[in-house]
Amino acid sequence: MPNDTAGVTVTGFKAEVERRGRFRLSDCYQCGKCSAGCPMADYMDYLPHQIVRMCQLGEDSLREKVLRSRTIWLCVSCETCSTRCPKDFNIAHLMDVLREMSLKEGMQHPDSANIIAFHKTFKNSIERTGRLNEFPLAVGYKLRSFDLFSDVMKFPKMLTAGKLRFIPHKIKGMDSIKRIFERCEARTKMKKRGKK
Amino acid sequence: MTKLGYYPGCSLEGTASDYGISVRRMARALGWELQEVEDWNCCGASAAHQTNRLLSLSLPARVLALAEEQGITELLVPCAACFSRLIHANKAMQQDPETAKEINDIIEMNYRGTVSVLNLIEALQKYAMPDIAGKVQRKLSKLKVACYYGCLLLRPPKYTEFDDAEQPSSMEDITRALGAEIVDWPFKTECCGAGFSMSNTEAVVDLTHKILENARHHGARVIAVACPMCHSNLDMRQLDVNRRYEKYDIPILFLSQLVGLALGVPEKELALRKHFIKATSLLK
Repeated sequence: MPNDTAGVTVTGFKAEVERRGRFRLSDCYQCGKCSAGCPMADYMDYLPHQIVRMCQLGEDSLREKVLRSRTIWLCVSCETCSTRCPKDFNIAHLMDVLREMSLKEGMQHPDSANIIAFHKTFKNSIERTGRLNEFPLAVGYKLRSFDLFSDVMKFPKMLTAGKLRFIPHKIKGMDSIKRIFERCEARTKMKKRGKK
Repeated sequence: MTKLGYYPGCSLEGTASDYGISVRRMARALGWELQEVEDWNCCGASAAHQTNRLLSLSLPARVLALAEEQGITELLVPCAACFSRLIHANKAMQQDPETAKEINDIIEMNYRGTVSVLNLIEALQKYAMPDIAGKVQRKLSKLKVACYYGCLLLRPPKYTEFDDAEQPSSMEDITRALGAEIVDWPFKTECCGAGFSMSNTEAVVDLTHKILENARHHGARVIAVACPMCHSNLDMRQLDVNRRYEKYDIPILFLSQLVGLALGVPEKELALRKHFIKATSLLK
């Protein structure tokens, strides 16, 4: 969708977001209902409808603001916004698109390091065994995020309740999982993390 | 006999093993046969969909394709997050042949879109209601239950195609049929912070506190859930809420545990002891 409904050629940022998201940003008429219902709004630097607005305007200076924002990494994907939007615009999906772009450009906000470390450790577990193994996830996450001591008091209870599995289960179809990861990453053209 | 495909997902085999154990035990009590998808993989959860769209569709697509190959037409997915990822992939492939082709090419399988995905509440609606009321051996009439749906069972409604996204009542219908007392409360679809439990604990403790406070204000003694993340945030993080705010003592039960209890399954077979907040005194 390189052109919007008025036939005006739009700038690169807006077109890229629309192409990746397969939606039309001009559908949003800025009523603010998404921001009103967002459980994470209190923690965000821009409200969800402001992120949509910046994408609609699509200027290059706004591109950086959006992709470097805290907001896109604070969205918890509860989908309240998409559910309530009177124009059926999929804001939660927009956040996914923006996160993917932000990672690709190495623009992630420094405060999002924990969340990104969590996702990375999570995906590593799947890539290695086909499943998420939560004990290695917790340990790996703690090492990556340097958040070593929170929740240690819950550990004995988790252990006695048999909620932690130490030996990861490995699925048989590991070749297929490996190829899925390779293809998805090659086609998304992920750059290494932290590149400015 | 009801025969259903079964995708436990990673949590039900680990930190939410209480959910996994109680779903299987409940299914046995209801006379359901669960056929676990052989060699299933992780759905990718938020780690995939927040960082890589193709991966977020391909991982669940492999599960759906395996289920289809193994002759499964209806797939029970008790974890709300897995349910969400599986229906997203299912719809994306069913509705858009180009996406289906692209994803099938990545997973090297040929998923035709024939599997329908059911969450736990849907499965109970379809295969246990309304006659479950007649099978109740232990009335739960002393329990005042707040049914908590959270996010992903209901949203977005065009994908979940289940209940009312703002005013759901299906879990209440089931819980009422078990003989429990239902609490009417407005926070049943508020978000608990889900997967941020470890990476943004502060926000999760705030959100969880609001939910617990509202449930208690409306008289709830127990909260019923059908999602491992809702459970871990409301149960385990209740300890953090107790430290930061005020003391709560609200046991969080999986819907499968409530159904099991009502059907007369012994408590120890429903893994109730694995919870941080004990339900023991309420069940006497």
